[in-house]
Amino acid sequence: MSFLRRYVFSTDHKVIGIQYYLLALFAVFVGIAFSVIMRFHLSYPEAKVRLFEWLWPATASGGVMTPELYLSLMTMHGTIMVFFVLTTAPQSGFGNYFIPLQIGAEDMAFPVLNMLSFWTTLVAFLVLCAAFFVEGGAPLSGWTAYPPLSAVGSIAGPGQGLGQTLWVVSIALFCAGSLMGAINFITTILDLRVAGMSLMRMPLTVWSWFVAALISLFAFAVLIVGGVLLLLDREAGTSFFLPAGLLINDRLLPNDGGSPLLFQHLFWFFGHPEVYIVIVPGMGVVSTVLSVFSRKPVFGYKAMVIAMFSIGLLGFIVWGHHMFSSGLNPYSAIAFSVLTLAIGTPSAIKTFNWIATIWGGQLRLNVAMLWALGFVSLFVSGGITGLYLGQPALDSYFHDTYFVVGHFHLIMGVAAIFAIFAATYYWYPKVTGRYLSETIGRIHFYVTFLGVYGIFIPMHYAGLAGNPRRYADFAQYDFLKDLTVLHKFITHTAFTTAAVQLLFLFSLFWCVRRGRLAGENPWQATTLEWAHHPAAVHRGPYEYSVPGSRKDFVMQNETAS
Amino acid sequence: MQPASGVKRRASYTGLYAFLASVIMFFAGFSSALVVRRAGAKDWKPVPMPDLIWMNTAVLAASSVMAEKARRDLRKGDRTRFNAAWALATLLGCLFLYLQVQLWYRLRDAGVYMESNVSGAFFYLGTIAHAIHLAGGAAAMMYLSYRAVRLELGPGRRTGVDVATFYWHFLGVLWVYLVGLFWFLAA
Ligand code: HEM
Ligand SMILES: [Cu+2]
Repeated sequence: MSFLRRYVFSTDHKVIGIQYYLLALFAVFVGIAFSVIMRFHLSYPEAKVRLFEWLWPATASGGVMTPELYLSLMTMHGTIMVFFVLTTAPQSGFGNYFIPLQIGAEDMAFPVLNMLSFWTTLVAFLVLCAAFFVEGGAPLSGWTAYPPLSAVGSIAGPGQGLGQTLWVVSIALFCAGSLMGAINFITTILDLRVAGMSLMRMPLTVWSWFVAALISLFAFAVLIVGGVLLLLDREAGTSFFLPAGLLINDRLLPNDGGSPLLFQHLFWFFGHPEVYIVIVPGMGVVSTVLSVFSRKPVFGYKAMVIAMFSIGLLGFIVWGHHMFSSGLNPYSAIAFSVLTLAIGTPSAIKTFNWIATIWGGQLRLNVAMLWALGFVSLFVSGGITGLYLGQPALDSYFHDTYFVVGHFHLIMGVAAIFAIFAATYYWYPKVTGRYLSETIGRIHFYVTFLGVYGIFIPMHYAGLAGNPRRYADFAQYDFLKDLTVLHKFITHTAFTTAAVQLLFLFSLFWCVRRGRLAGENPWQATTLEWAHHPAAVHRGPYEYSVPGSRKDFVMQNETAS
Repeated sequence: MQPASGVKRRASYTGLYAFLASVIMFFAGFSSALVVRRAGAKDWKPVPMPDLIWMNTAVLAASSVMAEKARRDLRKGDRTRFNAAWALATLLGCLFLYLQVQLWYRLRDAGVYMESNVSGAFFYLGTIAHAIHLAGGAAAMMYLSYRAVRLELGPGRRTGVDVATFYWHFLGVLWVYLVGLFWFLAA
């Protein structure tokens, strides 16, 4: 096989999994760089920086960042992180590599489709990045791209021209790639399991990829509708989302009758399920890692499966909680509120089961386990604020403040990233045959753990004080003056936390060659990816410390214990 | 080790169902957008439905019937009849696409543009999205004809034909649904 067929246009699920992972790795460092630049600007708005002028001569002339540049960085940060990092690595990256291995299949069901889905996603990423290099630069309207401003073109701001068009095209491509991936995941899991691997013997990781694939299938198809209608409003002169009498930059637009709220419905019908596409695969990994390193079975396996399905299902009927202050009918706001708070139940079931899993276990506190414990901590801290935001009366105050920024970063951003780290440390020996450095890992973990709390907890206070989000400069407002110190603290914590990520990057590549050698089943785990050509499965996925057994674990493909 | 052919057949169907689920979600999203956008809108102008639409519906129905006949012929092992019926079904599908283009021209001549009124925009978008899915189906059918000519299909190797026929029927039902949607809400 030629090099190209083998490593570039490969149909092998392992290669494709690694390709997705590397794409997400590149994307996450771009996203981190943007966030550092944004934080710098928020704390030092007047600073003149050569680098900015060199990078963005039009929007940072003299080295001072314009508000437009700030908003474009914010938009690109959010879009890259949500789509190309948090949707790409946990689901497409790890899922592709490990679904076939964990269910004992040769490959995914449709290998060519699998290759296409990766390449579609990569093209989507390149199209998005191209927005920086076109006239006017990257779009300004956030990862949610609300019309009217996203639909009227460059009169709404420099990046709202070609930049915003590229954004829409990129997201539509990303949807297509994700749909192909979801079809593959669902089919593989349903039809290609090895003999004896009944559904209720699947590791929770496989369940989680399955649930996330189902959510993707239903959610992305609706986002495409929103994207296409937005594109038509921009390019074909339609009025799906543009109401009559729009006055933008002193120009009266000819549109008539459109509804900006319609876009919000379409977007959030996708958007809330999307946050579960991001987090559910992480729940699967964390369940497994906690069990392996406590040497105990997952507590309440069946409840965990049911909880994931109910989270996925409920996730489709709560989207209105993002629109409490958009002019929603108050009666429907109450319904959305009750349903939203109801998601707390399966979430709590999962949390209690994680704690019960490690309770009384023989904890092995290595780095993978630390990240998994960190995930649980963040999931609780971020989930609790969801209960505040889910109430219309409270949300009318919190909406569009830093309280929301704190909430979704803890629960979606950082929690999912912690799950990616846990998965990386856990499966690195499987992929490379070597361990990642535990010493570097510990430093990386503790600094990051303290760092993210140091960054995002203060944001809740800023939000309580009324600090609005998506503003390029707080210094101009008297009522925010008292928060300057708080923001400086956040900024410097962010610098430190970002810097320590470079340690991880170094370790990731260094240990491919130099890491400590790992054996065939270094963690003494039970699932099939650690087994040698499993021919059949005889038991469930979490048989640790089985009473009466000789060893403290029994692999799924072992016949006798 | 290659998966057994029974597994492959089952997987093809599962993949098809998953794909159809996402297509259904797309058109459900599309329909609800239409309903929401129309509700209470004072600017909504009805679309003058060209009569050609009935002709198109008949052509697509005939194509579905032929595809079904071809599928059964193949299962019985009658390859000659399969080839003829399958080719006819494909041709009818292409005729439908051609007639759709004529339909769009007639609408344009009647003064319905994408930008003239949002009802027309919904009509174009819905029918174009359907046509794109149909073009994909037609391409798959041509590919299967090519395989049939190379004697690669038979009663034991008919999964592709079965799956394509199912998809074809689905597109027929989807078309009837779209016609109903536009007839009641946009005409
Ligand atoms: C008990 C569970 C949860 C509840 C009750 C909840 C509630 C909410 C509410 C009401 C908002 C809207 C706030 C506003 O814009 O004013 C919100 C925003 C958000 N939530 Fe959650 N949430 C929960 C869990 C999650 C999870 C698990 C994730 C991700 C994995 C997540 C990610 C987000 C994101 C990204 C936003 C911000 C979207 C934006 O406006 O840009 N949430 N949440
Ligand atoms: Cu939500």
